[in-house]
Amino acid sequence: MSEVILELQDLSTHFFTDYGEIPAVDRVSIKVHKGEVVGIVGESGCGKSVTSLSIMQLIPSPPGKIVGGEIRFKGENLALTTEKRMKKIRGNEISMIFQEPMTSLNPLFTIGNQMIEALRIHQKISKKEAKEQSINMLKRVGIPRAEQVIDEYPHQLSGGMRQRVMIAIAMSCEPEILIADEPTTALDVTIQAQILDLMRILNDEKETAILLITHDLGVVAEICERVVVMYSGQVVEEGTTREILKDPKHPYTQGLIKSLPKLHEKEQKLYSIPGTVPKPKMDRKGCRFASRCERAFDRCFQVDPELFLIEGERKSRCFLYDEKKGDGIDRAASSIRS
Amino acid sequence: MGTSKIKKHAEQQANPMNLEEIELEEQEAISPWKDTFKRLRKNRFAIIGFTIILFFILLGLLAPVLSSYTYEEQNLANRLHPPSEEYWLGADHIGRDIFTRIAYGARVSLQVGFFAVTGALVFGTLLGILAGYFGRWIDMLISRIFDILLAFPSILLAIAIVAILGPSLENALIAIAIVNIPIFGRLVRSKVISLREEEYIMAAKAQGMKSGRILFHHILPNSIAPIIVQATLSFGTAILEAAALGFLGLGVQPPTPEWGQMLADSRDFIQLAPWTLFAPGISIMLVVLGFNLIGDGLRDALDPKMKH
Repeated sequence: MSEVILELQDLSTHFFTDYGEIPAVDRVSIKVHKGEVVGIVGESGCGKSVTSLSIMQLIPSPPGKIVGGEIRFKGENLALTTEKRMKKIRGNEISMIFQEPMTSLNPLFTIGNQMIEALRIHQKISKKEAKEQSINMLKRVGIPRAEQVIDEYPHQLSGGMRQRVMIAIAMSCEPEILIADEPTTALDVTIQAQILDLMRILNDEKETAILLITHDLGVVAEICERVVVMYSGQVVEEGTTREILKDPKHPYTQGLIKSLPKLHEKEQKLYSIPGTVPKPKMDRKGCRFASRCERAFDRCFQVDPELFLIEGERKSRCFLYDEKKGDGIDRAASSIRS
Repeated sequence: MGTSKIKKHAEQQANPMNLEEIELEEQEAISPWKDTFKRLRKNRFAIIGFTIILFFILLGLLAPVLSSYTYEEQNLANRLHPPSEEYWLGADHIGRDIFTRIAYGARVSLQVGFFAVTGALVFGTLLGILAGYFGRWIDMLISRIFDILLAFPSILLAIAIVAILGPSLENALIAIAIVNIPIFGRLVRSKVISLREEEYIMAAKAQGMKSGRILFHHILPNSIAPIIVQATLSFGTAILEAAALGFLGLGVQPPTPEWGQMLADSRDFIQLAPWTLFAPGISIMLVVLGFNLIGDGLRDALDPKMKH
């Protein structure tokens, strides 16, 4: 496989609140190769967004803080780099788009204003050149009448068009990696498909890696090559999209996939995983999913399972896979907690 | 003839891009400021406010043209002269023309209002932005200073400041500005705190924008609406405070005419010559009313949610 451009190693981001320390992201390790589309899936509050904000070093602090691990971007550890260096990286080498296209643009300025501003942060070009580039970018993301739209205000555009503009801004400096935090959640299904298509095209053309954060397995199936499933701040399963969707290993992933409505089956009550996600807290004993797991046994409630290697890059944080390959102990889980 | 329509429809269906184009065809880019101005013009009360203020501005500017007297010219023979052709609004206790003094007094009041509000606005906004955006100890420090300033009744604080600095127009102005700083500061701080959480600020950060740029290019323009409204309303209060200081003899020093001071000078003659009180009293009231009407109008016009 091609070179790894982004590698999270044992990344831990904790929030220090009035109710104590909360490990929102707990020893997460993720690799993204050049030009690859990796999905992070999980329900609300599982630490997906905090992971992405940690990469950008945009965790609101206080209360949040990266307490351990490395974020290696092309060999450089972002967790230790200066804010000045980060400002050069953000938007230039790593870009990010957000969930809410309706509020991601400043309502007071025209689209052009905001695009030109973003371009001129990282490139020494004149306003005129920036404007030309912006128009080209708008055309590339499929906005009709780009020459007029550039002088319009955000409120004059629909949600889908605004998300296109956001993507245009994010891609304008040709970043190595695009972090997309639920880019299609706020859009309706047809627009969703268009935005995903657009992201795939840009991914093909420029070899931009994409880290796609979503709770929608449909989106994952559509665009991702590899998937990381997160639960309560931890990675619980990792594999290729095909493997995860066809043959989920972790009981949580199995539950997720079982709870999807299926086209060919008669309308029935959908399956749901009993219980709710436990709030992440320090010093939790045992598997985080144990209380909701149908296949939990005693050990699950006492010992924190590691991320067991099943084969190749396939990993699952479940004791069911412990005995099968005893040697494949993931160092992520064994190193920190003593 | 029907087929072409169907064909066109089918084309649109096949290319959803086209649909968006059609939807947006009619719109043209309207800047938020133009929009505000348009709505403001429709507000009758705001227009009345503007008219009142314009009247007093012209009165102040044209004072030497409108009156044949000077503001310090005394004519002791005409002491407490009632309003007449000679003295439009009457004469005061030492025979000065009240109309002339009101006109020149408008200059003083509007100046005090303008400079005091500008000063309070600039410093208050800066402090508010710093407190709101950077938070932590900076916020702690600035907010506590605001709390202390707000703990005093404003006029008492102004009196104290003038007492320290000495009574004069400039010092009254400085005192009023200081009294108004926390009002702007707290307003801006709260606005900045809510804007800081907006997604477009996060997006700006994610683009690698520097704090200064985010603050002055994205947060400040978005908090300008309440600042403008507050500035207009504060204009009225500042003039009122200046009049109060003048009434107490702590503002402009004689012989420069000032409405508050004119009230103070005439209050002994309230029974004998009430017109000496009417003119300055009504002037103060009208100017403050004018600014309040404009302020209310602006508030409605600047809030896009109030649109019909």
